[in-house]
Amino acid sequence: MSFRPDHELHQRRFSRNLGLGLTLVAFVVLVFALTVVKVTRGDPMQAFDHTVRPELDRAVPATGTGGTQP
Amino acid sequence: MSDVQAYQQSGEAQFGDYVALLKPRVMSLVVFTALVGLLVAPVGVHPVVGFAAILFIALGAGASGALNMWWDADIDAVMNRTKTRPVPAGKVQAGEALGLGMALSGIAVVMLALSANLFAAGLLAFTIFFYAVVYSMWLKRLTPQNIVIGGAAGAFPPMIGWAVATGGVSVESALMFGLIFMWTPPHFWALALFMKEDYHKAGVPMLTVTHGRAETRRQILIYTVLLAPVSIWAALTTIGGPFTLAVAIALNAIFLKGAYDIWKRPEAQAEGDKYAVEKKFFKFSLAYLFLHFAAFLVEALLKTYGLGGWA
Repeated sequence: MSFRPDHELHQRRFSRNLGLGLTLVAFVVLVFALTVVKVTRGDPMQAFDHTVRPELDRAVPATGTGGTQP
Repeated sequence: MSDVQAYQQSGEAQFGDYVALLKPRVMSLVVFTALVGLLVAPVGVHPVVGFAAILFIALGAGASGALNMWWDADIDAVMNRTKTRPVPAGKVQAGEALGLGMALSGIAVVMLALSANLFAAGLLAFTIFFYAVVYSMWLKRLTPQNIVIGGAAGAFPPMIGWAVATGGVSVESALMFGLIFMWTPPHFWALALFMKEDYHKAGVPMLTVTHGRAETRRQILIYTVLLAPVSIWAALTTIGGPFTLAVAIALNAIFLKGAYDIWKRPEAQAEGDKYAVEKKFFKFSLAYLFLHFAAFLVEALLKTYGLGGWA
């Protein structure tokens, strides 16, 4: 039971509101699914940050000792 | 749209009216060709990433459709084929179409960059710009070559699909582009031949209006002849194979016969049978593109069983 009767505007715009709501829910689900896929596949989660990150440089083994860093 | 124009508002816009702004029928062709571009690429894509990429390519195409409806509302209102579109029908205001088009363009490009790669997103952004600005705002009302150059916008989706998977372009993706690019003029000029009053009334410089109907028939034949080698070349690349080649030969033979028939017949004869040949050619042109891209897809499927391709 609602406190106030729906304004006539809400009835007229029901399809728009419902459509937009469902679209937004679908968008959230899609972004979530994309995030899960990207994280579990191990896509790079970091980028250049003004410090040396050997693990970003595929030419240099992350655990290697003979790196080419100056 | 040259100046401020208001269309009589008729009732409340429903969700479907906003969907109609995105030209769902054009979108379905975009989804199909982009999907083929993605699936025939030599690099695999995770299904969720592939789904998201196709969705955002379609959304970008829809956004450019909304921008087109904002800009072209004045001529859409005059033409029978388009006067029921949401803006000229008074269901959605022109400004809303502009806002929706701009917002969805941004969302589509950014999300494609995040879900796939920057190159594919850049191509999508260029496609939207090309369709909304180069075609709709600039060429459509200026030159009878509007369809030829505007057709490039419709030709990009398979290239974007390919770029989603590979991160670049190649001969194969360029040929898929070329296939749609060369197919567009005969497809639309056949439509212009039997929808003649529409374009004339709206003052759009279609070839039929500026150069006459006989010249349009000749141009249909020329472009159909030029389309054939592109189609055959595509069938001879890594995305093709014996099956695709056989389909391409059959489709081009039928298409060429139709174009020849259109070129050969005089206008009086066409009026006599209410443009039966032109209408048949137009319908077949839709089947041509669908079947050609379906053939690429079947070939890719055959390859997974070690059957298709030129190996």
